[in-house]
Amino acid sequence: MDDDQGLTAAGRPARAPRRRAAALLHRRPRLRLALLLPAPLAWLAAVYLGALAAIFLTAFWTTDTFTGEVVHRFTLANFQMLGDEPVYRTIALRSVGVAAAVTAIDTALGLPMAFYMAKVARPSHRPYLVAAVLAPLWAAYLVKAYAWRVMLAEGGLIDEALRPFGASGPGYGLTATVIVLSYLWLPYMILPVYAGLERLPGPLLDASGDLGARPLRTFLSVVLPMIFPSLVAGSLFTFSLSLGDYLTVKIVGGRGQLLGNVVYDNVGAANNLPFAAAVATVPVAVMLAYLAAARRAGALREL
Amino acid sequence: MWSTRMALAAVATLAIGLAAACGDGGTADTATGTGQGGFTVPRLAAHRSLGAGEGRVNLVAWAGYAEDGSNDKTADWVHPFEKATGCKVATKVAGTSDEMVTLMRTGEYDAVSASGDASLRLIASGTVAPVNTSLVPNYADVFPGLKLKPWNSVNGVPYGIPHGRGANLLMWRSDKVRPAPDSWGAVFDANSPYKGRITAYDSPIYIADAALYLMSARPDLGIRNPYALDRRQFDAAVALLKTQRGLVGEYWSDYTKEVQAFKSGDSVLGTTWQVIANLAKAEKAPVKVTLPREGSTGWSDTWMVAAKAEHPNCAYRWLNWIVSPKANAQVAEWFGEAPANAKACRLTSDKRFCATFHATDETYFSKVHFWTTPIAQCLDGRTDVRCVDYSRWTQAWTTIKG
Repeated sequence: MDDDQGLTAAGRPARAPRRRAAALLHRRPRLRLALLLPAPLAWLAAVYLGALAAIFLTAFWTTDTFTGEVVHRFTLANFQMLGDEPVYRTIALRSVGVAAAVTAIDTALGLPMAFYMAKVARPSHRPYLVAAVLAPLWAAYLVKAYAWRVMLAEGGLIDEALRPFGASGPGYGLTATVIVLSYLWLPYMILPVYAGLERLPGPLLDASGDLGARPLRTFLSVVLPMIFPSLVAGSLFTFSLSLGDYLTVKIVGGRGQLLGNVVYDNVGAANNLPFAAAVATVPVAVMLAYLAAARRAGALREL
Repeated sequence: MWSTRMALAAVATLAIGLAAACGDGGTADTATGTGQGGFTVPRLAAHRSLGAGEGRVNLVAWAGYAEDGSNDKTADWVHPFEKATGCKVATKVAGTSDEMVTLMRTGEYDAVSASGDASLRLIASGTVAPVNTSLVPNYADVFPGLKLKPWNSVNGVPYGIPHGRGANLLMWRSDKVRPAPDSWGAVFDANSPYKGRITAYDSPIYIADAALYLMSARPDLGIRNPYALDRRQFDAAVALLKTQRGLVGEYWSDYTKEVQAFKSGDSVLGTTWQVIANLAKAEKAPVKVTLPREGSTGWSDTWMVAAKAEHPNCAYRWLNWIVSPKANAQVAEWFGEAPANAKACRLTSDKRFCATFHATDETYFSKVHFWTTPIAQCLDGRTDVRCVDYSRWTQAWTTIKG
């Protein structure tokens, strides 16, 4: 520190430039912000929004069919094909259907589990239960998907387990895809719901009971309205993760394909980046609509 | 999955960045006239002389082309190469030609084992350079029938070293499929008893397999070359594949997936490569393969060197190694293909190998239609119609899978 500069001729202590700057920043909060924010904002704009903008831009170009080079000429052909070819509509609807089914299954499974963790189990057990829910996330995605592929195979674990009941497993297909995706994203549903339930005051449930409500009534009138935002938050995860998935469906989906596969095939295989970009705008649009609806439900505050 | 979108976005951003950085042409390439396909070829120079090895080489290869003993202890020609040259090999296995083209465009790889449906695209886009065959001494022993072909040369300039050739085969579980099939009709028969247990190759080039079947099943269509399909012929092939979709259990491009499906019995019949049959047999799956009576589609592969290879000297050493008699015999036997080097036939462990795979039998290979990139200019020489090009094949493939 060298803020002690001695005395000037006038006898006033001269302030070091550093202290002057500090004082100035203290007086002018806006200047403070202006100096702090540009770097992170630039990063956000360039990397994140820039990348999204790049997708939209690319969607209006085409490729040279032979060399696969991107031709920078504005055209609506990609979107036209997306609209004209019924198969893309089918695939888009199928993807949304799978995402919705996964979300519904995860809600049905995750809600009771989260309720037990937050309200029924002993508080001292909670950290262990949370760890148990998170444990599957420590294994690699591909390992889990391939494990399911082996289990779903003919004569595999699922078939064996169902044999006593005279049934057999679903084999590879959309059903298998929904099952595996539900398994993969379940923790993402449980955690926000668990967090929401933890904040739910216990006395509220008691009061509801004292006023004569049966458990179902209590659940519908007290618990559900209070944790609804958390449910929507969890569904955002399960829905968006399922909507973009292309690996699980490749591994256990049989001959099925989802939006992610169409994007992947056009980028990784056909080298038709512009068309892939046009296809990629579909899930973006779906998610934006979903987010807008979630925002109206006040769910974004829970994230 | 966000990562999918982020990856796509990153690629798109990169593409824009690159485009902005180097305009539309990139380097100062000038066209050197047109090749057979009516496309312009960027002017690129071949590597001039062999320098010291760089200690590394990055390959894009088909499964089974660069074995290092990890799949089977006896199949290892990578480690001897590393010992002999000091070049450490890093291999990226690709499942389809399209994937190979995409991987090579990243510029991270030095050499690629391109099939005929990828090689011309790599040449036209300036991704690979001509090869200097004088730096590959073993090129002298390569069968003349493989040299300077439309898929590995342009205007008499060689762009790669032939690796070997083979056919796409029909594989079935001998315990579940009876009688043994001898025609591709088995995978296209709408009333097949094996519905839901048939498998097909997951690539637009598989449309050619349907066209090949139609050559004999529907002579009225007049298909002469499964890669030169006019609108009407193409629509017939696509319609056949849409019918087939109801029979297909799953499409494969990942060879481990097919091995596992045949092992468990989820797939009992479908198109395959010899190497997959070998792996399935090694895992005790009762499978058999045949070349059906209609002939088949196939591949004639070429090792090419990237135009901007980081390790060109090691890449050339690899090219020379993989077509050397011993290594070429090993890879041909492991993958189940006819070797490129004539001297390899004396070094195979099975003395009748080259006869089995018809290495010198040009009439046999006249029945095999090697993968070629379909372009608008008909490859069978017709000038009165326009043919359907590969981008349309790609889009049709998505609609076929539904």
